[in-house]
Amino acid sequence: MTARASFAPSPRQQAWRRFTNRVMAVVLLACALTVMAPLFLVLYYLVREGATSLDWSFFTQLPKPTGEPGGGMANAIAGTLTLLAMAAAIGVPFGIMGGVYLAEYGSERANDWIRFTADVLNGVPSIVWGMVVYALLVVPFKTFSAYAGGVALGLMMVPLVMRTTEEVLVLVPQGYREAALALGIARWRIIVVIVMRTALKGIVTGVLVALARVAGETAPLLFTALGNNFWSHRLSEPIAALPLQIFSYAISPYDDWHRQAWAGALVLMALILIVNVTVRVLSRERRFT
Amino acid sequence: MADRIQPNPLIPPAAALPAAAAASSREPPAEVAFDIADLSLWYGSRQALYEVTIQLPARRVTAIIGPSGCGKSTFLRALNRMHELTPGTRMTGRLRLFGQDLYSPGVDPTHVRRRVGMVFQKSNPFPTMSIAENVLAGLRLNGVRDPALLRERLEQALRMAALWDEVKDVLGRPGVSLSGGQQQRVCIARALAIEPEIVLMDEPCSALDPIATAKIEELIRDLRTRYTVIIVTHNMQQAARVSDRTAFFYLGRLVEVDETRTIFMKPANPQTEAYVSGRFG
Amino acid sequence: MKRFFDAELETFRSQLIRMGETAIEQVRAAIRALVESDAALARHVIAADDQLDQLEVMIDDEAIRYMNLRAPIASDLRLVIVGMKASHDLERVGDEATSIAKRAIKLGAEPPLKPYIDIPRMATIALEMLRDALDCFLQDDEAKAIAVCKRDVEVDNINRQLYRELTSFMVEKPDTISRAIELMFISKSLERIADHATNIAEEMIYLSKGTDVRHTEELKKTGKPVA
Repeated sequence: MTARASFAPSPRQQAWRRFTNRVMAVVLLACALTVMAPLFLVLYYLVREGATSLDWSFFTQLPKPTGEPGGGMANAIAGTLTLLAMAAAIGVPFGIMGGVYLAEYGSERANDWIRFTADVLNGVPSIVWGMVVYALLVVPFKTFSAYAGGVALGLMMVPLVMRTTEEVLVLVPQGYREAALALGIARWRIIVVIVMRTALKGIVTGVLVALARVAGETAPLLFTALGNNFWSHRLSEPIAALPLQIFSYAISPYDDWHRQAWAGALVLMALILIVNVTVRVLSRERRFT
Repeated sequence: MADRIQPNPLIPPAAALPAAAAASSREPPAEVAFDIADLSLWYGSRQALYEVTIQLPARRVTAIIGPSGCGKSTFLRALNRMHELTPGTRMTGRLRLFGQDLYSPGVDPTHVRRRVGMVFQKSNPFPTMSIAENVLAGLRLNGVRDPALLRERLEQALRMAALWDEVKDVLGRPGVSLSGGQQQRVCIARALAIEPEIVLMDEPCSALDPIATAKIEELIRDLRTRYTVIIVTHNMQQAARVSDRTAFFYLGRLVEVDETRTIFMKPANPQTEAYVSGRFG
Repeated sequence: MKRFFDAELETFRSQLIRMGETAIEQVRAAIRALVESDAALARHVIAADDQLDQLEVMIDDEAIRYMNLRAPIASDLRLVIVGMKASHDLERVGDEATSIAKRAIKLGAEPPLKPYIDIPRMATIALEMLRDALDCFLQDDEAKAIAVCKRDVEVDNINRQLYRELTSFMVEKPDTISRAIELMFISKSLERIADHATNIAEEMIYLSKGTDVRHTEELKKTGKPVA
């Protein structure tokens, strides 16, 4: 008997191995499909229930008074976009600059604390954010407002953008910073023109992901923006938003409103899908490694 | 054979025979670029350089050799204050560039680095910039705007880096689209464009193939006419080929520095001899 | 691909060639000084030996420097090594020429023993051998180098014949002894010059083929190289 023969599995062992391989492959495939199933179910449901309600009037008309059929969510869509713009105005600059500080400046220990704080804030329930902004911006001014809603969403964005910005900046190889320093370029210029430009796609991706996340938040808006059945003419007034509108329609007793809620949910989902696809396209755009 | 012999034109009269000499002894003695005394450097509590005293001549190529961890890169970085990027470094001793103390309190490290340029081991052209933008980065980002001056420096730097003919028609292409050797030459052009007085090179060829290496070595020999070059290399043949003087470092100390020819032929220190003949390191 | 230090090798080659030309000229001048009893020419030859000595030092120095700093491989390495060896042979040739010149001065003071026939004949062959050996350096001609090695026998034969002649002279007429001895030394010098030419030819074969053919009997007798 040669040494080679003693290491080779017997035919019975080989058959058992093949069988086990196949079984596990099937099991794993099933698990993967199970994980993906909810997404497809949600999309299917949304499309089935909401697609029929998506007509021109949905996008252009205000909600009709209670009980009347018809109407649309034009103000909610506009409101969501307005709130996102305000959130971005707060979340983007502070988040990015915070990320830059963490990646480029600061001491090891202080930065650890800052990161810890940011991670905790990322986990704070969104309703708590709403309550905080309610206490700070709604109660003193005695009015719900778009400002408050924008601030609440913006504050939620800050730690998120800060962490993602820091992560992509840290990925920029140290070699570029050194090379730029060796040319006698001032530090802040290096960070802006070289480091951030190199990481730009990552930063934009981080901002878009954060926007998509806060776009769907309902709880903080409950105490701050409140919602509005009409157009808001000033930002110091309550403003409509898609999640709020979907919420109030879904718990109402009217079928018509239920139908519109599905449509609103579908629009919201579409918005988020568009953002994610954009993120994907941006990430893939690499002409050279 | 009966005719009167004429003096053979091939044989010059005895007095005219040129003396056998290496090129450096035919040139005038060099002025001193770096005057370094008792340079010691610590990373936190670990001492990396021990009282290094050396003079580096101007417009010559000085090679710094030694086994890994001997402090040669640390020493190189001390020459343009790049070691200050690492937190916790501490330095004592005196380091003068053409008579000026580089570490005196009033001196801005950024200005030091404009006089003392550096080329790194791994070529690192900025990925978001074209070839032209890369070469001019040092100028533009330091406030130079005049387009005529920029164009002139661009061509000058690329010519000195022996790259002008290869890239002059594709200056708009991304810097990272070139081959490894070309990228390294872009980095050299980038360092030269700001017209430093000194060019430091930290193992510039270690990531390159032999042909690219040979081109860069030739380039280093050409740079010598205008710049002072200090090159750290672990490749002793390279040090022998390109440098006029060689300094041998071991465990953070300067063991010996002399003309390259002497270091490789009859070094004074037995440690130097052991290293250059490959017995350790 | 051209390396930036290739010029050094070119300089080395031309120095070697120059040394060869100088050596040949020295021998030619020395023999002429003898044949024409030209003491002034002989003194010129003796003084010019310095150049050959200096060239040998230069070539050796440059060879060592090149090997040290450029780490030559293959044919470059062979060139440098052959250069060192050939320069030694050529320096010895120069010394022999000087010796001939000194004896030419001594002999010029006295009437010639007999007409100079054999010595110029030996000299011609020896000079042709030197010239051919040097040409191999320029042209890479193995056949020529082998021919040089073969011709050494001719010079040896003439030398032996001259010895016999001079010995009988000395026996018959004792007052010719001092002149005969000088001529025997000159003949010996020429025989040695031919040996050096053979050495150089063997070195040229090594340079072009990488084969060491020294001390191989086959080469001397049949003229075929040993692979």
